Amino acid sequence: MKYGLYPGCSLNGTGIEYGLSTKAVAQKLGIDFVEIPDWNCCGASSAHNRNHLLSVALPARNLALAEQHGIDQIAVPCAACYQRMKAAEVALRDEATRQEVGEVIEMNVEGKSRTRALVEVFANDLDADFLSSVVVRPLSGLKVASYYGCLLVKPAQVAIDSPENPMIMDKLMAALGATPVEWSYKTECCGGSLAITRPEASLGMTANVLKYAKLAGADCIVTPCPLCTSNLDMRQKAAEGLLGMELGLPIYYFTELMGVALGLEMSQLGLTKHFVEATSLLKNSPAAQ
Amino acid sequence: MGPIQLSMTVASSQDFRDRLKKEYGVDVSLCYQCGKCSAGCPAAFAMEHTVRQMLRMVQSGLVQESLSSYSIWSCAGCETCSTRCPRQVDPAKFMEALRIEAKKAGLVADKNADLFNDLFLNSVKDTGRLHEVGMIARFNILSGQLFKDAEHAPGLFTQGKLSILPHKIKNTEAMAKIFANVQKKRGGKS
Repeated sequence: MKYGLYPGCSLNGTGIEYGLSTKAVAQKLGIDFVEIPDWNCCGASSAHNRNHLLSVALPARNLALAEQHGIDQIAVPCAACYQRMKAAEVALRDEATRQEVGEVIEMNVEGKSRTRALVEVFANDLDADFLSSVVVRPLSGLKVASYYGCLLVKPAQVAIDSPENPMIMDKLMAALGATPVEWSYKTECCGGSLAITRPEASLGMTANVLKYAKLAGADCIVTPCPLCTSNLDMRQKAAEGLLGMELGLPIYYFTELMGVALGLEMSQLGLTKHFVEATSLLKNSPAAQ
Repeated sequence: MGPIQLSMTVASSQDFRDRLKKEYGVDVSLCYQCGKCSAGCPAAFAMEHTVRQMLRMVQSGLVQESLSSYSIWSCAGCETCSTRCPRQVDPAKFMEALRIEAKKAGLVADKNADLFNDLFLNSVKDTGRLHEVGMIARFNILSGQLFKDAEHAPGLFTQGKLSILPHKIKNTEAMAKIFANVQKKRGGKS
């Protein structure tokens, strides 16, 4: 299978382990990811909080580059990039918008390339029998809270699953042998977009997500978003202080857990690059034996 | 806020509501104030006025008050309100529209949010990508919080997450053109 890949800025920085594990898992599964040449930042929340046209034009250049290189489907790991790229794809369905955006980026863009969240590609495009056949270290006994955050499931026009109770990642985790826990904070915002400008407000939101995962009996949280991950992982210590409770919840990208189940080395997947120590739980789980 | 004669403000603010409808697709007259948006808002605790109250303020013509409100900058843009609104008001889009209009009117209450957006978009305009380290360092210096998040720096560094130099795309001219063309078409600072 061949896909375009739009890594986004975080995968070179705070989300480095997401990039490492994505590439390692894709290689193991025989999925061919071709990085969109010379891609640019999607504009994230800053562009759409300033100017609607800019917020469509920045991702539209990436869509136009993908078209030029004959890429039909673009896999996007970062949830924030996914939402902006998909929102642009939807906006470009309107002819007048397509025309105007084409003039802004000074490129022809037809809006033919489809933006797909990476979790969709791994969870929906792979045959279930194939996936279970390549799992060599099932994650038996590992209780995971699947945390989707906001941007993959809201708003409706771009959502990959239900905004209230998505299941796509829970099912993927179950296919790897893990046990997804039921909890009600799957899509409650972690405050990621406020982490820099309103850190106190953001921390309260982060702490709630962590607290309810813990109370649901999870051993760890799994996410598809580098912003949620750096918030939940890097700020977990501060959240423990705020809550007055111990959490000790490793935060995994779903690709890291896929890699472990596929028998890949933990260091190759970036599992040693976490704030909350992330390898012991996987070594100690029955999965490792 | 002191006493306000709403019969005057409603009439005089019709232009603003028309603009929200035309430019942003947000019709505030659809809102019947059920409060579902605010009941589920994860950031409501950090707001002086919840999104339901902000909608009422604009319905009532309190345009300046809504644009200069700090509450619009506490919105995390999670879109929960928009997925739950029974009247399809799109409250998240409404809050976004107020942030854009506040910038145009020079009424941004949260200087940190304004600075963050400036630095973020400058990084994209200059290099085509966001350089996380450079942006945060500038933000801390310019917002006068030099050591904010500094305790995380050693961890980030040893994990290889702090790239000191920005990643620049080849065609940075394309970025300059996009920003210039947007400004030409829409005007204002982007």
